[in-house]
Amino acid sequence: MVTALAAASEVVDPELPFVTIAELGILRAVEERDGRVTVTITPTYTGCPAVSAIRDDVRSALATAGFPDVAVETRLNPPWTTEWISEDGRRKLADAGIAPPQRRPLLTISVRCPRCGSPETEELSRFGSTACTSLWRCRACAEPFPRVKER
Amino acid sequence: MNDVARYALGLGDDALIAAQRLGELYAGSPEMEEDVALANIALDQLGAARLLLSYAAELTGDGDEDTLAFLRGPAEFRNHVLVELPNGDFAVTITKLLFLAAWQRPLYARLAESRDERLAGIAATAGLEVAYHLDHAAQWTMRLGDGTEESHRRMQDAVDRLWPYTREFFVPDPVVRRLPGIAAEPTAAEWAETVETTLATATLRTPAGTEPPEAAAGRAGRHTAHLTGLLDEMQALHRAHPGARW
Repeated sequence: MVTALAAASEVVDPELPFVTIAELGILRAVEERDGRVTVTITPTYTGCPAVSAIRDDVRSALATAGFPDVAVETRLNPPWTTEWISEDGRRKLADAGIAPPQRRPLLTISVRCPRCGSPETEELSRFGSTACTSLWRCRACAEPFPRVKER
Repeated sequence: MNDVARYALGLGDDALIAAQRLGELYAGSPEMEEDVALANIALDQLGAARLLLSYAAELTGDGDEDTLAFLRGPAEFRNHVLVELPNGDFAVTITKLLFLAAWQRPLYARLAESRDERLAGIAATAGLEVAYHLDHAAQWTMRLGDGTEESHRRMQDAVDRLWPYTREFFVPDPVVRRLPGIAAEPTAAEWAETVETTLATATLRTPAGTEPPEAAAGRAGRHTAHLTGLLDEMQALHRAHPGARW
């Protein structure tokens, strides 16, 4: 039997389907009381279009695991921070070609290309294909890559 | 409608109308990176708008974010007139963004300390995003203002034409006065410091003039005809097919 926490933790981010919402720090709490499961999530950005999909995916994952009575609540305070992305999450992002955010306090180490590892990289745009990423390019291998912005 | 709902509605309308205007530029920006940037900023504004309008609807106990966005007429919108003005050329788009972000940044910073937990939560998240908007607008303002003769001329023109509409930000809002500790608004000095420093670095002149134009009283529901056109487009689908989903 899978626990409610384990089932919710397995849900992946619809836009970054190789990392789970637990690894990204979006999943904040899973509480069970009198047969009802309350899942608390913190969206990365206010306009993140993945939030409603995450809500639905959490409900169906829990239903499959035997928890039909589920409430998904959104908590905005404290706001989501990249500090909540776990080490596993960071590794999986890098494996998928997305440079993970740096840890606070921000050190001025250069951003490494997630493909070739070169530190010779440059920012093309502070806004990327999703709200939480910026667009970078590697000067060594010439590949563009997204990077999760620290916040 | 109680005062907290009224306050959330005003902020939500600012964000919603700004999002709709910026969204018009999607696939129409001067370069691809800018398309992505402006669409991202529009999405942030839309995200804040949804949270604020949902809260206003909950407090009112009538309808939801969609009924507020799609079923009100122009006179019922409470956005500042600045955000409904057309995008114009890129200089106008960037100047509008600079003026708005320089206001929303200190606004959300103060509101994050609100006694109202919902407003504080929304402001805490939206504030992190607006910091990026402000930075983006300031970078472009400097690049264009301190750029070619043509880009400088267009930026100064945009600053001069939009300036009067920024005065509306600092007309005392009775709703804010009635909500001490809950509502927040930036001071004129906070806004001026950000904007004037940016304009000076961009070799642009800060206009004089302290009165908003007669037509600019958005918080009181008095708007330009530009809002009517914007709402016609934004609301057409919902009005033609109520409850449509995809």
